[in-house]
Amino acid sequence: MFADYSMSELGAIFAMQGFAGLILFSVFVLMALGLAIIFGQMGVINMAHGEFMILGAYVTYIMSNIFADYMPALFGMYFFVAMIFAFLASGALGLFVEWALIRHLYKRPLDTLLATWGLSLILQQIYRSVFGAREVGVSIPDWMMGSLPLTDMIEVPINGIFVMILAVTISFGVWIMMYRSKWGKQVRAINQNRVMADAVGINTAWTDRLTFGIGCGVAGVAGSAFTMIGSTGPTAGQLYIVDTFLVVVFGGAGSLLGTIASAFSISQAQSIMEFFLSGSMAKVLTLLTVVGILMIRPQGLFTLKLRK
Amino acid sequence: MKSTFLSRSELIGFAILALIIFIALPMALDSFRLNLFGKYLTYAFVAVGLVLCWGAGGILSLGQGVFFGLGGYCMAMFLKLEASTPENTSIQSTPGIPDFMDWNQLTELPIWWQPFHSLAFSLFAVVAVPVFFAFIIGVAMFKRRVGGVYFAIITQAFAAILTILIIGQQGYTGGVNGITDLRTLLGWDIRTDEAKEVLYFVNGALLFVVLFIAQFVRKSKLGRLLIAMRDQEDRVRFSGYDVAGFKIFIFCLGAAFAGIGGAMFTLQVGFMSPTLVGIVPSIEMVIFCAVGGRLSILGAVYGALLVNWAKTSFSESFPELWLLGLGGLFIAVVMLFPNGLAGIWSQHIEPRLKALFAPRGAPKSASQSTPAE
Repeated sequence: MFADYSMSELGAIFAMQGFAGLILFSVFVLMALGLAIIFGQMGVINMAHGEFMILGAYVTYIMSNIFADYMPALFGMYFFVAMIFAFLASGALGLFVEWALIRHLYKRPLDTLLATWGLSLILQQIYRSVFGAREVGVSIPDWMMGSLPLTDMIEVPINGIFVMILAVTISFGVWIMMYRSKWGKQVRAINQNRVMADAVGINTAWTDRLTFGIGCGVAGVAGSAFTMIGSTGPTAGQLYIVDTFLVVVFGGAGSLLGTIASAFSISQAQSIMEFFLSGSMAKVLTLLTVVGILMIRPQGLFTLKLRK
Repeated sequence: MKSTFLSRSELIGFAILALIIFIALPMALDSFRLNLFGKYLTYAFVAVGLVLCWGAGGILSLGQGVFFGLGGYCMAMFLKLEASTPENTSIQSTPGIPDFMDWNQLTELPIWWQPFHSLAFSLFAVVAVPVFFAFIIGVAMFKRRVGGVYFAIITQAFAAILTILIIGQQGYTGGVNGITDLRTLLGWDIRTDEAKEVLYFVNGALLFVVLFIAQFVRKSKLGRLLIAMRDQEDRVRFSGYDVAGFKIFIFCLGAAFAGIGGAMFTLQVGFMSPTLVGIVPSIEMVIFCAVGGRLSILGAVYGALLVNWAKTSFSESFPELWLLGLGGLFIAVVMLFPNGLAGIWSQHIEPRLKALFAPRGAPKSASQSTPAE
């Protein structure tokens, strides 16, 4: 199959394919970070995670319209404002959901799964009623359009680079929060031993709520970033949910590094296989491999040593 | 003599359900609506399996649609081959193969389609194929003591995988449209009203067979062990039982029920498609079980009937309300009625009925605390 290509063309194909894999990697990382906090640290199954991302995407859509209508001069900057609002909107919804729903169900993880699935259906319907059933796209600022020619044959799209930079920045931010802040220390303490954490004076109920809110907020930012590379529809969130959970479980719940490593391996495997096989077969093979490895090693790639 | 298999209240419960399915519904409904209810009842097979797996065993599978679909596809492949005789398909470039294969430039029947020329093999496959896959998944997961939410997520991944596979391999599976245009079963036209009525009763009878098997399992030692495993898995293991073996068995049994349900779906509705396999239908099947009551096999049947009936009537008149309603139902069942309809019955209605009919001053019957089944 390579006979028709010259060496330099092959190099270019692999470079472009690898770059496509990197964009997919960034997407997976962004999707999985929020879930790594919520599922990895708290053990809560949030099936509505995709809908929190979509909320961020819709907030970005609204902001882009507001900027285009009222502040066209600042349009190039709207995305950064939108991201902050996406974080706040999804985070606020997350706080509310934790208060109304999740906190009653910490002892019943399977029921949490069903309740959040119900929540996701309700959110989908609300999005559909408010924004219409069609997919919406935001207008991308000029500086993000086009692509950067690296060599004669290799070009990389600027919005892809932007999403990659975002993924790195947000991962770093989450890492700081998890491992260098007081909140992160409390979250990890609760994860290791809830009763003891309570006894030493950590407000576990409030920390839980904040953690859920922050996880949802990160999901919102991820959704905001997705508008740069694709359009948004009411049911788009559901498409992500299986991938996202597999990334987190495969990486080993509770390990941020594991999440990133698993996002990298899954995305690279998928984009490389996509070159040889059809898209759907690549997806099937990737998922089967992940599930197969999980059957052999249920705890995931990286595990935290915990005394349960 | 007091039967240990069915207590008196359970016997009454079974009798009432039989009256509803075999007499009340056929008399009250026209043939179109009856066929719809037959379709709902096929989901009850899955829900009953879920009562055993989830309610009794504590294993929540979000991939029951996979088994429902596998059973349904096995049946559909047989019916499709029967419908694709060389005479019926003479306009194709390769007569004698299913139409979607011809559209996808296949020139001969794939080898794994060949056995489905035989009805006996197909009926065997309806049960065997889901059980085979359930067995593999079960052995891989339960032997390693994977359970709870991890099991749920991985079974959900299987639902996603199978859907992508079916849609992607159009030439072999009919793709996103599924296998359609099914006509006859051994020369008997399944599209007529009479055939649909007959199939409805066959479906009902099979459902009762499944219900009796489920009841038998629940009353047997296995049933008690399952509940013990759900509540205190380690203690059961330390008592010397092979926990994984029981879990695999019950998961396979649930898969077999789902496969039968899928096959009956294909027969009654006349097609099978990936929309019945994926993540969304799989999780909806869990809600049928949850609404009926995750501990009650009869409740599961009512749950499947009620939710589907509500779905049909709501989406006919207020399509946008249905998703809100379904979402609210998920939340309400979990937050307010964890034991579903059966829980409401056994906690609120049955005691009052008993008080109403019991002779004054009689001692409270000991069976009062058992859930209505």
